[in-house]
Amino acid sequence: MTEPMIEVQNFRKVYGAYTAVNNISFTVYRGEIFGLLGPNGAGKTSTLESLEGLRPSDGGTLRVAGVDPATEPRRLRNVIGVQLQSGGLPTSITADEAMKLFCAYHGVVPRFDLLDRLGLKEKRHVEYQGLSTGQQRRLALALAVAHEPAVLFLDEPTAGLDVASRVELHNLMHELKARGTSIILATHDMAEAEEMSDRVAILLQGRLVAVDTPLAITATGAGLTKVSVNTRSAFLLNNHHTFPAVSQTQVRDDYAIYFSINIGQTVAALINTIEAEGDTLLDLRVERPSLEDRFLELTNGGTK
Amino acid sequence: MTAFASHFAFEFRTGIRNKNLLLLNYLFPLGLYVMMSLIMPGINPLFQDTIIPSMITFGILASALLGLPDPLVQAREAGIFRSFKINGIPALNILLIPALSTILHILVVAAVITVTAPIFFDAPLPVNLPVFVLIVLGTAVSLSGLGILIGVVSPNSRLTVLYSQAIFLPSMIIGGVMLPYSMLPPVAAKVALLLPATYAMNAFNGLAMDGTAVFYAWGSVLTLFVGGLMAFLVAWYLFQWDSQNAGRGGHPALALLAFVPYAAWLLIV
Repeated sequence: MTEPMIEVQNFRKVYGAYTAVNNISFTVYRGEIFGLLGPNGAGKTSTLESLEGLRPSDGGTLRVAGVDPATEPRRLRNVIGVQLQSGGLPTSITADEAMKLFCAYHGVVPRFDLLDRLGLKEKRHVEYQGLSTGQQRRLALALAVAHEPAVLFLDEPTAGLDVASRVELHNLMHELKARGTSIILATHDMAEAEEMSDRVAILLQGRLVAVDTPLAITATGAGLTKVSVNTRSAFLLNNHHTFPAVSQTQVRDDYAIYFSINIGQTVAALINTIEAEGDTLLDLRVERPSLEDRFLELTNGGTK
Repeated sequence: MTAFASHFAFEFRTGIRNKNLLLLNYLFPLGLYVMMSLIMPGINPLFQDTIIPSMITFGILASALLGLPDPLVQAREAGIFRSFKINGIPALNILLIPALSTILHILVVAAVITVTAPIFFDAPLPVNLPVFVLIVLGTAVSLSGLGILIGVVSPNSRLTVLYSQAIFLPSMIIGGVMLPYSMLPPVAAKVALLLPATYAMNAFNGLAMDGTAVFYAWGSVLTLFVGGLMAFLVAWYLFQWDSQNAGRGGHPALALLAFVPYAAWLLIV
């Protein structure tokens, strides 16, 4: 995972007086799933559309699998696959026809097996307008990967999908990654980004405020680790014990919940206290701050 | 199957599968053909002599001006062109293939009218079939070019209807379909020269049916092809991938260039 597949250097995108993307740089490597996160208006769409060759850049350099999206559209079309967020297909086209049409333009054999795999076996002859939102999204994904692109852009890929389809999509993403496909995942679903991405970039007001692994990003925040404890006698619920490094305490159902800035100190003290009281530990859960917590922290706190 | 053939096959099927297009390509032209052929000869006996060219021209007007533009506008608004661009579908194909598939629908309707009109309505057959087919093609090319151009420059579906009707209705009234060009008052005759239907009917009468052209008939045929090609080229130049239809290369008013071949006749006739 060292070969750069997407190179963004000092990229800018402006619309009149409004700067949508201001001098951002990042690299996505072969076989990497790269999450692109940001609130609405952060510049995600402008960045993606410029990489996809839909909009010209207003500064900096862009390379997708070595191709300049602005000047080499013919080469670009065969190295990228794009699952658009909405629509993108004529209402009267069937799944089979769409697969034939898109594969014909890419010069590859139609991949009807992908339709079957993504749960569209029974819907192959149904018009696009007759498919549910989830089925439309799965069809868009099948079309995006049918020509085996080196770089895949997924925009909110699991929006509207049921649990089974979501799992199937994630499996497919892992398979593509294993085969060396680089995937840019633009999503508002932080849990998905955290679970699927090797690295994530957080865009805010056109600037890149973080680029790292989800773990590293969550570790750099001021977020507190949540420690939930349940004991047989539930003495922790009634006694106001104090524990080191705990800044906040809550009680929910049978659990005493502590928010700690030093998980080691807090958990050690908790276990010692439970033993000293002669109680039995039934359950202890430690939850690190999530990517969503860190994202909210960044977006609420601005770029400072 | 090549990409072009696959795309063409899909577009052609859409012309039948889509209820609106089925109506405009087949049901409306053929329905009106039957109705007019039953009623009009009783009112205007001369109409019987021109049932075939008149009703074919009407069919072309319906398919090309009412059927072609709106799907283009809707596709652009729905972001379909963006998806096509990403997948390497060229702008030329996006414009050319719907036009060609519409022309094929037109030829089917023209064949039905040409075969049935003599049998059921005692209409005279064309006296020169190859030239007749050439004029049908020229008319289809001319009006399909305008239909595509309307689809490209129209900012939304509501204005598409307006632009289409601005050519369709005058074509029906003063384009030689209902009334012969020779019967038009001078001002209406001048306006009629801006309409492809006028050239179609003049060419049909002068070259393919047993009638008389009011002005140079082969010039009319040439005008139809040149006008259609010009409209298509202007449409190609003004084409926008963007769903907002913003930031095009040229001003939409350039679309008026497509009428130059027709307007040139104002200096001659």
